Amino acid sequence: MKKVHVSTTINGDNKEFLCDTRETLLDALRDHLALTGSKEGCGTGDCGACSVIFEGEVICSCLALAVEAEGKNIDTIEGMANDGKLHILQKKFLEHAALQCGICTPGILMASKSLLQQNKEPTKEEVRFWLAGNLCRCTGYDKIINAVLDAAKEMRETV
Amino acid sequence: MALDNENKNFFDVVGTRPIRPDGIEKVTGQARFGADAYLPGMLHGIILRSPHAHAEILNIDTTSLDNDPSVKAIVTRKDFSPDLKGEDWNILENVMADQKALYDGHAIAAVACSSLLEARDAVKKIRVKYSLLPHVTDVEEAMKEGAPIIREGVARSSVPKDMHPNIVGYHESGHGNVEKGFIEADLIIEETFKTEAAHQGYIEPHACLVNMMPDGKGEVWCCTQGHFNVAKVCAKLLGTDASQIRVTASEIGGGFGGKTAVFIEPVALALSKKANRPVKMVMSRSEVFRATGPTSSTSMLVKIGMKKDGKITAASGTFKLQGGAFPGSPMAESAMCAFAPYDLEHVKNVGWDVMCNRPKQAAYRAPGSPMAAFAVESVIDDLCKKLKLDPIETRLKNAVKEGSKASFGPRFERIGLVETLESAKSHPHYLAPLKDGYGRGISCGFWFNFGGETSVSLALAEDGTASLSVGTPDIGGSRASMCQIVSEELSIPYEKVRATIADTATLGYNEISHGSRVTFATGLATIKAARDMKRKLCARAASNWGLEEDAVYWEKGYVKPAGPNAGNHDPLSIIDIAKTMGRTGGPIVGHFEASPEGAGVSFATHIVDAKVDRETGFTSVDRYTVIQDAGKAIHPAYVEGQFQGGAAQGIGWALNEEYIYDEKGVLQNAGFLDYRIPVASDLPKIDTVIVEVPNPGHPYGVRGVGETSICPPLAAIANAVSNSVGIRMKELPMSPPRILKAIEENNG
Ligand code: FES
Ligand code: FES
Repeated sequence: MKKVHVSTTINGDNKEFLCDTRETLLDALRDHLALTGSKEGCGTGDCGACSVIFEGEVICSCLALAVEAEGKNIDTIEGMANDGKLHILQKKFLEHAALQCGICTPGILMASKSLLQQNKEPTKEEVRFWLAGNLCRCTGYDKIINAVLDAAKEMRETV
Repeated sequence: MALDNENKNFFDVVGTRPIRPDGIEKVTGQARFGADAYLPGMLHGIILRSPHAHAEILNIDTTSLDNDPSVKAIVTRKDFSPDLKGEDWNILENVMADQKALYDGHAIAAVACSSLLEARDAVKKIRVKYSLLPHVTDVEEAMKEGAPIIREGVARSSVPKDMHPNIVGYHESGHGNVEKGFIEADLIIEETFKTEAAHQGYIEPHACLVNMMPDGKGEVWCCTQGHFNVAKVCAKLLGTDASQIRVTASEIGGGFGGKTAVFIEPVALALSKKANRPVKMVMSRSEVFRATGPTSSTSMLVKIGMKKDGKITAASGTFKLQGGAFPGSPMAESAMCAFAPYDLEHVKNVGWDVMCNRPKQAAYRAPGSPMAAFAVESVIDDLCKKLKLDPIETRLKNAVKEGSKASFGPRFERIGLVETLESAKSHPHYLAPLKDGYGRGISCGFWFNFGGETSVSLALAEDGTASLSVGTPDIGGSRASMCQIVSEELSIPYEKVRATIADTATLGYNEISHGSRVTFATGLATIKAARDMKRKLCARAASNWGLEEDAVYWEKGYVKPAGPNAGNHDPLSIIDIAKTMGRTGGPIVGHFEASPEGAGVSFATHIVDAKVDRETGFTSVDRYTVIQDAGKAIHPAYVEGQFQGGAAQGIGWALNEEYIYDEKGVLQNAGFLDYRIPVASDLPKIDTVIVEVPNPGHPYGVRGVGETSICPPLAAIANAVSNSVGIRMKELPMSPPRILKAIEENNG
C-alpha cells in the first residue's frame, strides 16, 4: 500500500513522516520519528503508557491514527524538560521515588501535566481519578500521587 | 586488615534517599526498554499461536507464503535443537510446540517480514490442520478419573504410584505427629480453599532485538530479569555455545518473576539465522496474557487445631497447584511457606504438582506463598473468632523466633516476625476504631529469599571515581542501592559512582534478578568488591611508601601509615592513589564472584480495612498497612515502594484478577480491560513500616524485600472481607459475582 505523507508539529518542531494508513500515532512516533519515550503497554487504550498531549488534550496515542497528526500540535515526553531543565513534575517524581521500573512514567507524567494545566490545586482524590487510566504495576501509586500533589504545590508557589 | 568480614552498624549513605542514578533517563523518555531498539535492515517477527486449548498438530502449511517477497523467514519446531531433555525440553516445548498445542496461545510457527504490518498479514496465511483433543483447565478437574492426560510419563519418582497421571510432582515435609497434635486441640477447623491464576501484569510486554551472524555469533537485546539465563537457554534451544550468544539487558518495564522465563528470544534468533538479518519481536498484550506464565491456580485443604488459649497444637495442609501444561508449579514452596510463621510441634505440609491445558506457569513474587497464606491465615482467623481470641495476640503466641524449628525443617536464625506483630499491635491503624460496615483483616506472610551466583566488578578511574558493573537487571531502583553501597564503603560521594548492568560477555555468570536477591546478593558482592578494592588501594599505598601491606590501614577514604614504625607519611586519598595508579602498578579493580548464602528469610504483617457493598458485591479497601522486616533498608524509599507494590498486586489478586477460561479452554480476558489490575482510584494510601532486624548473613544486615510483601495481602483482605460480610470467603478472587453468590448461599 502506498504511504501517506504527514506534516505535523511535535514538541514545537515541524516534523514530517511517511506512514501506512493502518499505523497508529504511537507507531509513527516510535518507529518513524525515533521518539520512543511513549510506550506501548497494551495497544488498546487500557494502560495509558502511550499518553501524549494532542491539541491540548491528553490522549492514548495507540488509539489515534498516524495520519490524524496532520497539521496538529502534539507534545510528548521528550518535550517535557526544557533546555536540560526538568519539569517540576519530573523533578518531583525523582524526589518521591515515584517510579520503580519506569515504563509507566512517561505516560503518567504526560497525564499529570495535563491535569495540572486544567486544575492547579487538585485534591488527592482528583489525582487518583485523573490517573485511573494510567496503569502502574510496580508502585501501588502512593508515591506517584504524592509526587503530583507536591509538584502542584510547588508550581502554585513558583508562578 | 579484616576489611572483608567486618559487619557494619553505622552508616553515612546507606539508609538515606538519594535520587536514583538512572532517574533522568526514565523521566525524560530516554531510557531504552526492550522495544526501544532498532537496527538497520531489521525484520519484524510474529508468532502464530494455537486457538485451541489442546490439539494435535497434523500439518503446518506455509505454501501460501512461498512466493511472498515480504516473507524473509519462517520457523517451526524443526528449526530448534532436537536433542533436549528434562526442563530444557520443557522450555523449548513452551517456546514452540512440537506435535501438540497444549494451551490456548501456544506458539506453533513464526515468520519474519520487512515490516510489522506485513508480518501480521503473513502469519494469518499459514494454514494449520489441528485434530482437537479433550482439554482441562481446572486443577481439581484435571485430577478426576477420565480427565485428559496432558503428557504420559512425566511424573517424578516422588509421586505415589496410584495418583492421577496429571499429578507430576509430590512434596511432603514437616515434623512431629499431627494426629497426636489434633487430639490435644480444643477446636479443630478444616477447610478447602481455591485461588485463580493471576498474571504478573508488568506494563512492558516482552520484547527483543536479535542478530544471528552466519558464523554462529548471536547478539540479543531484550527485557529480562536474567540475561545470563537468556544466553544459556537460547544457546541450548538453538544447539550452540552459550559464549557465542551475547545478551544485553535493556531497561526492564516490570517483571515480578514473569521475566525470569524465556519466550521469544530463541524464536527471534532462529528467524534471524534463517534470514541473515536482525529480527525484532514484541509481544502484544494479549500474547502476554495467553502465552507467558501467570501464577498457578490452586486448590488447598488446611486443618489447624488450637487450644482455648490460642496455642496451635497441630497443623496440616495439602496444596494442589496446577502449573499449566508442564511440570514445575511452586507447590513445594506453598507447602513449605504455609505454616512457616508458626512454631509448631506437629506439622505436615503436602504439595501436588498438577498439569492442565494452560500456559506454563512462571514465578510471580514469592511463588506459592501468597495462596498458602490465604488458606492458613483464614483458618487461623476463624479459630480466633470462635475462641474469642485477639488475632495478633494469637499469632504472637505461636510466632517463630530465633532458634524455632521451621515448619519446613531448619532452625531459624535471627528473624523479625515478632517485631512486625508487635509493631502492628501498636500501629495507629490497628488501634483506630473500625468504620461502620468495615471489616478488619490481618495476616502474616513469609518468604525464604535467595542468594545465587553473583559476579561484579568495580573499577577505579584515574580521578578517583568508581564504575560498578553488575549482572542483575535493575528492576526497581537497585542501581541506586549499589551506588550507595560503593559510596559507603569507599567514602566517595554517591554521585561519583556509576552502576552499569553489564552484558553477558563482560562478567561471570549472574543468576536472574529473582528471589528478592539483588540487594542482598549483588549488594553483598558490591560490598566485597569495594573491600577488595580497598585492600588493593592499601597495598598500592604501602608499596609507594616502601612498606609492608599490614603497615597501613584504611580510614574513611584514606590510606594511612599504621603507627610510628611505619614512618611519617601523609595519608593518601583515593584520588591520590588513583592519579598515579598507571605508573605504580596498573589499574585498580575490585572483584567478587561467588554464590552467597545466608539470604535471610523475611516476615511481614499486614492490616487492612475493607467494606463489602452487600447489594453489588463490590469491595472497597479503605486503609492498608504493610509492616515488614527488611533487615536493613539501603534506600528506604525503594523498600517502601516494594512493600506498596506487593500489597497493591495482592489487592488485585484478592479482589479482582483472574484467568477466565471458557468451556473450550480459550482465555476470555486476555487484555487489561477485562483482566483489570488495580488503578489509582481503586486503592487507598498504602502505609508502610520498615522493621529492621539485621540478617546475620549479610555485612549490613540486608534481607530481600521484593517478595514477602505479596504474601499476606490475599489472606489479610479475605479476613477483612469475611469480617465485613459475615461469611468466610474461601475462593479468590473475591470478585462481586463470587461475593454475591456467597451472600445468596448464606441466606438460602
Ligand atoms: S498502549 Fe496505549 S493505552 Fe496502552
Ligand atoms: S513504575 Fe513500573 S509500571 Fe509504574
